[in-house]
Amino acid sequence: MENLGNLLDGFANVVTPMNLLIALLGVTIGTAVGVLPGIGPAMTVALLLPVTYGMEPTQAFIMFAGIFYGGMYGGSTTSILLNTPGESSSVVTAIEGNKMAKAGRAAQALATAAIGSFVAGTIATLALVLVMPPVVAFAISLGAPDYFAVMLLSFVAVTAVLGSSRVRGFASLLIGLIIGLVGIDSVSGQQRLTFGLPQLADGIDVVVVAVGIFAVGEALWIAAHLRRKSGEVIPVGQPWMGREDWKRSWKPWLRGTVFGFPFGALPAGGAEIPTFLSYATEKKLSKHKEEFGRGAIEGVAGPEAANNASAAGTLVPMLAIGLPTNATAAVMLAAFQQYGIQPGPLLFTRESGLVWTLIASLFIGNLLLLVLNLPLAPAWARLLRIPRPYLYAGIIFFATMGAYAVNAQPFDLFLLLTLGLLGFGMRRFGLPILPLIVGVILGPRAELQGRRALQLSGGELHGLIGGWVSWLIYATVVVVLLWPLIGRFVVRPLRGRLVTG
Amino acid sequence: MTVLVGYVPSPLGEAALRAAIEQARFREEPILVVNTSRGDAYADPRLAQEDDLERVTRELTAAGVPHSMRQLVRGKDAAEEIEEIVEAEDVSLVVIGIRHRTPVGKLIMGSAAQEILLRVPCPVLAVKAG
Repeated sequence: MENLGNLLDGFANVVTPMNLLIALLGVTIGTAVGVLPGIGPAMTVALLLPVTYGMEPTQAFIMFAGIFYGGMYGGSTTSILLNTPGESSSVVTAIEGNKMAKAGRAAQALATAAIGSFVAGTIATLALVLVMPPVVAFAISLGAPDYFAVMLLSFVAVTAVLGSSRVRGFASLLIGLIIGLVGIDSVSGQQRLTFGLPQLADGIDVVVVAVGIFAVGEALWIAAHLRRKSGEVIPVGQPWMGREDWKRSWKPWLRGTVFGFPFGALPAGGAEIPTFLSYATEKKLSKHKEEFGRGAIEGVAGPEAANNASAAGTLVPMLAIGLPTNATAAVMLAAFQQYGIQPGPLLFTRESGLVWTLIASLFIGNLLLLVLNLPLAPAWARLLRIPRPYLYAGIIFFATMGAYAVNAQPFDLFLLLTLGLLGFGMRRFGLPILPLIVGVILGPRAELQGRRALQLSGGELHGLIGGWVSWLIYATVVVVLLWPLIGRFVVRPLRGRLVTG
Repeated sequence: MTVLVGYVPSPLGEAALRAAIEQARFREEPILVVNTSRGDAYADPRLAQEDDLERVTRELTAAGVPHSMRQLVRGKDAAEEIEEIVEAEDVSLVVIGIRHRTPVGKLIMGSAAQEILLRVPCPVLAVKAG
């Protein structure tokens, strides 16, 4: 009940004209970047980080959360009308959504995506309110060794579970950890990887890394692949749904929510896996199986609900433990650190007002997004006509301004360009970006917790193993790492025996 | 000699096409249909899709005018592409569609029609829609 009171206080804080305006700004920007392929909420939050220095932390986070949720809405519009996913989380939506649009049912596809996103977002945010207190209580009971273990799990999960290649994932993580190491060691005072450059003594600012890798890297990549045939945006009127569409949509919405929320909260969750799972489930359960592959409304409703629910799920570990499970959460975590706020279980006691205002703003943001997306989807699709050189010129401008604003030293601009080239190289060789960002942001914190644990035990290695929590986590890490071997030597022979038997 | 028509999939483009057919009959020359896009946006409404091109072919065949068609996506403006073709080949007339533009729109996006009118070294026939 105490939570409900806090939440109501949060609502009271959100419903000021200024905060509502900022929420509106956030969801508008979020929808725009969601519609545009290649530009995601993570890049946008990174670009806007320096702009928000003048704001209060609460307002900045209302805006960031709006961008995060908005990206999930906007991505579906592009998937359905252009057959190019606007975000990685709406890849699945394109399968059935574009078929529906080609069959003249674009209005229904857009409507089920927007309403489903609203329903799932609202239910999942409610779930967030309910789940948060026990998770926080659990997180408070964790000690330094447990935190170290949780972060190790996060590293392993992000690199080994997501993406196609483990080697590439670990390579990317390693680059991230190295970037995170640069600077003066806080315990011994030694300079690490600074190459004698005084500008590097404070370490590389996370904003510069995020902006360089996301924005400059993407801009260089687009510049190298500019020429391609433009697609056709399928013209559509006002999105609407008939009685039959409602009947076929509501169950997939609820099932998508159930898939999305827990996966968003897992360290290797993100929005991609639950959308695929939701699509597969709907295909299996549908009474209209023959329509799948030709534009089934269930195949749009389920995945779209799942990706919005996962966005809410992502906030659970981010706020309660300080653990990012996707790129946007990682950059938002960096934002917390910029404001000198330590994310983790203590956030709820120290910054209770901020957290509950943020959560209340999610409900408001969801409502705003529904209003913004349902009638205006065709207008958003017009954004796709902007020539990319204009778009990326603007992004580079913001990136440069942001990177310079952090410390006001020209050195950061060289750093930005170097990191941009690194980001380009990673895209060229298919290295995933997420492990790098997680490495940069979690690396120093994992080091802090690990060393704290070792200091407490006087340098003995057993200090890294705390209670049963860390045992469990280390066991999970081992299973994840050895999974290819287990799959080869245990699961496959077993299956073989079952088949022959 | 050829009649070149700058085609876009809109009433404006259709009007230009009809005028071009009329001119080609009158001059007893073949038609060259050109559709271009810079190709740098995710979606370009001025880039003719397959069904648009099919419709154009049907119309030209029905009119009984010898014709050829070129679709160019090379990162160049429509004006640049048409100027290049006119300079390299034997074009007697360029037919384009024009519409009213607001001063602000013209300032930001430029005007392809104006570019073509001023730059192309042969006569240009400008047609309005409807």
